[in-house]
Amino acid sequence: MYWLKWAGLPVMVIDGAGRLAKGPALLMILGAAFAVSVVSVSSGAYPLSTADILAVWVGDLDDEVASMVLFDVRLPRLVLGFLVGAVLAVSGAILQGLFRNPLADPGLIGVSAGASLAAIAVIVLGGTWLGGWLDLAGVWALPIAAFFGGSGTVLLAWRIARRAGQTSVATLLLAGIAINAIAGAGTGLLTFYSSDEELRSLTFWTMGSLGHASWDDVAMAAPWLLLSLCAAPFLARPLDAFLLGEQVVGHLGYNTDWTKRAAILIAGLGVGAAVAVSGLIGFVGLVVPHLVRQTLGAGHRIVLPASALAGGTLLVGADCLARVVVAPAELPIGLMMALIGGPFFLLLLLRTRIA
Amino acid sequence: MLLHVDGLGVHLSGKPIVRNLGFQLDAGEMLVILGPNGAGKSTLLKGLAGEHKMGAGQVMFVGRALSNWSNRDLARHRAVMPQRVEVNFPLTVEEIVRLGRPPEPLSKSMPVLSELMELLDITHLRHRLAPGLSGGEQQRVQLARVLAQVWSTAGPVLLLLDECTSALDPAHQQQVFSLLRRLAKQRGFGVLAVAHDLNLAARFADRLMLLHQGQSYISGQPSAVLTEAVLAAVYGLSARVLELDEGYPLVIPQDDARVSAYAEPSLSRFAPLNPSCRQAS
Repeated sequence: MYWLKWAGLPVMVIDGAGRLAKGPALLMILGAAFAVSVVSVSSGAYPLSTADILAVWVGDLDDEVASMVLFDVRLPRLVLGFLVGAVLAVSGAILQGLFRNPLADPGLIGVSAGASLAAIAVIVLGGTWLGGWLDLAGVWALPIAAFFGGSGTVLLAWRIARRAGQTSVATLLLAGIAINAIAGAGTGLLTFYSSDEELRSLTFWTMGSLGHASWDDVAMAAPWLLLSLCAAPFLARPLDAFLLGEQVVGHLGYNTDWTKRAAILIAGLGVGAAVAVSGLIGFVGLVVPHLVRQTLGAGHRIVLPASALAGGTLLVGADCLARVVVAPAELPIGLMMALIGGPFFLLLLLRTRIA
Repeated sequence: MLLHVDGLGVHLSGKPIVRNLGFQLDAGEMLVILGPNGAGKSTLLKGLAGEHKMGAGQVMFVGRALSNWSNRDLARHRAVMPQRVEVNFPLTVEEIVRLGRPPEPLSKSMPVLSELMELLDITHLRHRLAPGLSGGEQQRVQLARVLAQVWSTAGPVLLLLDECTSALDPAHQQQVFSLLRRLAKQRGFGVLAVAHDLNLAARFADRLMLLHQGQSYISGQPSAVLTEAVLAAVYGLSARVLELDEGYPLVIPQDDARVSAYAEPSLSRFAPLNPSCRQAS
């Protein structure tokens, strides 16, 4: 155990198991989140200094452009980036608990692709075949479709990968390849039949972007994202039991079927809503929960909140990077995450044995 | 009466695995279920644990049909140890044992966790990560987790244990079975354990039940069940059974005539390849 003196009080930093103590660790992530947020609102094609931000914030600086950049461009982007990152990380953590495997990322097993296919179908076929759906659902047509696409795919992957009460990880990942391929073919087909204008918004889905984030996007997606984030902690204890195996969940007094359905619903809802506003962003759900488990332990009461915070921080950070590296243009955030996450996934594969 | 099973049948993918089984278990009693591989021991336990649907018959737990119990109530009075529990995630031993506890602050669980880890001789492992432990250590951790679930329960408790000592060394096997017997006698737990070690079962169980092809072949006091005739009929095992002064039988398996007749020529055929092997036999 390792203790630091802070304000005269001993503070445990490393616990008996050699892991970061939970309080200080959460504080550290919060600090990082704050730092990244400040960088995020100040960097970009129109740089704002910290002093400018503070001045605009309290209304001292009467600069219309600065105020517009801050309130209408940077802040909604920050909020959306944080929420999407948090939800993707939490959904990843939930799915990994459910499948009992640290490689079950929403992107890898095809959930994101399913959600994105549904969203793209609404964009392209909204004027023709799916016109009735647009009339019925209005502004919610896209997020709801993405949600059903997402949860449907989780369910599908679940059904395929399970035989006689056991989840086969190899089957799960292979099913993910197949689902991704099928969804990709569907997306390609729709792209083929799309008009120029539709095509432009399609590219945005497949690459993933926070670039067009507006308060309207936030208003559309935030309720679902927040619902998914707020519901997740209720699953913490049954998900802990899932780590010991599906039968143990029942022995410990939880309703196994209910837990499974709730987990699939929450992850599908979260990933669906995230995909609906930001397109395909992979690897957040893989990288973040893994790092959290390694440093803080695998109990979901810490994994879920810490993943949410760290996921938001990572995505906002990656978004900053995406804006800076090729400024004044910007890289799609999905591309950025793939650049970070791909090698990370390989490293994970090399270090762990898949059953 | 803690557990009353009557005419129980359990099917697995259409095949009857347990057939027309009836037995009773009192509070404070330790019943060990024996039987050859595939006799239906695990299936019976899984049926009682609610993992498999029961096809026929009736199971009363504390005077109420098992199906009328809610999950939550059942978890307070019945704890189950599956044959295999694999942990792939970095949970510490202490965290796993704590999974058995109801939601409560750590300060409240800690005395129970410490006591159980001491009883199962895993205190020195408490901060170790479970995936790095040996099979026997993991088994003791799981048993501690199972006991933690019902440790503070006032009222009837049933333990369903599927080969809970299969990976343990002889000393720990002895320790665990004597702990289970103590829990039965001192705290009134009903213990239903599946095991393979005949002598361990004979030494600690109040009663034995020998399963054969999904049915109870014989049940009763260890000395009544473990006879040379029964062992030959159920396991096809020739053994000498000694009645010890302590009041329980001791089974000493003998060379099986069929096996030695088969082994001799094949051994001599391979003997030239590895002379030391022959010497050892």
